[in-house]
Amino acid sequence: MGKTISELILSAKSGSDVRAGDIVVAQVDLAFVQDTTGPLTVRQFRAAKFKKPAETLKAALFLDHAAPSQSREMSNDHILLREFAAQTGAFLSEVGDGVCHQIVAESFAKPGDLIVGTDSHTVTAGGLGAFACGMGSSDVAIALGLGRTWFRVPETFLIELKGKFSKGVNAKDLILYLIGKIGADGATYKALEFGGSGVANVTMPQRLTVSNMAVEAGAKVGIFPADEVTMRFLTEQGRADHYMPVQADDDAVYEKTITIKLGELEPMVAKPHTVDNVVPVKEVAGTKVQQVSIGTCTNGRLEDLKIAAKILKGQYRNLKTRLIIAPASRDILMAATEAGYIETFLEAGGVILPPGCGSCLGLHQGVLGDGESCFSTANRNFKGRMGSPEAFVYLGSPATAAATAIKGEITDPREFL
Amino acid sequence: MLKGKAFKFGDDISTDHIIPGKYAYLRSNLPELAKHVMEDADPLFASRVKPGDFIVGGNNFGLGSSREHAPLVIKMAGVKAILAKSVARIFFRNAINLGLPILICNTDDIANGDQLEIELEAGIIRNKTNGKVLTFGKIPDVMLKILDEGGLLPYIEKHGDIKL
Repeated sequence: MGKTISELILSAKSGSDVRAGDIVVAQVDLAFVQDTTGPLTVRQFRAAKFKKPAETLKAALFLDHAAPSQSREMSNDHILLREFAAQTGAFLSEVGDGVCHQIVAESFAKPGDLIVGTDSHTVTAGGLGAFACGMGSSDVAIALGLGRTWFRVPETFLIELKGKFSKGVNAKDLILYLIGKIGADGATYKALEFGGSGVANVTMPQRLTVSNMAVEAGAKVGIFPADEVTMRFLTEQGRADHYMPVQADDDAVYEKTITIKLGELEPMVAKPHTVDNVVPVKEVAGTKVQQVSIGTCTNGRLEDLKIAAKILKGQYRNLKTRLIIAPASRDILMAATEAGYIETFLEAGGVILPPGCGSCLGLHQGVLGDGESCFSTANRNFKGRMGSPEAFVYLGSPATAAATAIKGEITDPREFL
Repeated sequence: MLKGKAFKFGDDISTDHIIPGKYAYLRSNLPELAKHVMEDADPLFASRVKPGDFIVGGNNFGLGSSREHAPLVIKMAGVKAILAKSVARIFFRNAINLGLPILICNTDDIANGDQLEIELEAGIIRNKTNGKVLTFGKIPDVMLKILDEGGLLPYIEKHGDIKL
């Protein structure tokens, strides 16, 4: 009986033959924290009397959620993390480098890796064929210190993709469609594994978008096979030697299989206040929004900015709608500048934020006021998520966001293509 | 035996309801942070909850962020257990790691303000207000071992490693 990708990775990392439902202790390749959960991790690490991270793993700290810091308190937390990095030799990603998940994808995650991070969107690295999942500060503190932690081997849903996206439809529409179909707890404790002949048509930035939101269906990981697309991406990043093919066994056992024909998808929107409140864009078209946010770890990659820039080229935002762009990393901001996308956004009346999490978590840089609505390419629309609990957040693709910014109301992007 | 009052909430209580991201700057000042516990679900919760009380949710309690501060501020409020029909994965681990029990049961039989008595060992919840007796699902062994030590840090302090 064959194994799923999750079973294969957890078998390799635990040195045993494991199946869904088993509890294992497995070796962690990368453990990381960000600036809102890292300080507690450091305190727990010290309380557990660890001195340095285990030598068997890579340890990394990211200053991205408050980047640059918006308050004295966050600045003090940054000092704590910088000092910890200096003391222990852990990698430090400074303010402006980018969102942890993007940097992990660009520079660290390898196919077959086991990754834990104190951020729920750690699942993003599943796009590269890594078993990557979010955990709390205590769990990651212990993983950092011991170099290993415990996992329950998840059952797997196979998401079988067929065909290719049609014009104006993208990875965000795919993952929103899936979450709408199975629900915000539809995959709790499970692995989502993407497969099928259509996977080859899904680019690495698109895979990262899909994996990023696996947690919004409750999943532990959202994992893609590592294939030629992965190899090309790693080669572009100067990490061709990090490539290793990762495929599930042909006779792997899945709890269920969901088949999605990419060509039949249409632009989707998640309405307030849950990510599974998903409808085709036509059902909410015309809804007025005061802010459009493009970027973050979900949709802040070059390919996303290209899509948005193409629609916004020569256009100007609706005068009652703010347009805020947060590239996911410095490399992306530089590439987008070189490609002319940033100029396009500025000419369209947009605001460019430093690479980071921006207003996604309601901390700064685009916090919503009472009664306001925002169309965002981020991953969460919970009540209060972007500031006011009286605000409304709609989630969708960069294409839909760009079209919405122009008209000031939620708009099917295919009108502009 | 645990005794206290139920504070009932609905389905999909997210970590942003429990402790919104906008207060991330208070996470190194826990007493201040804790004042905002459950603020976006019930602004009066923090002033009304008493040590020994329980939070009762519906489906998918604690979805969202990995912020351990969510179960932490609930624990700091004196809540002795969270009861829910189902719970999100990261929140579940985080709560157990802090020594805060999560009991999976049919919370339809509990109303806001009901008086509950919980026998953790026996797996029984008595609703003293409506007389109903509920049972809750077994906590996985590895989590029970961590819970029994009072959380992950005391567990590691005692055992020096993760022992399954």
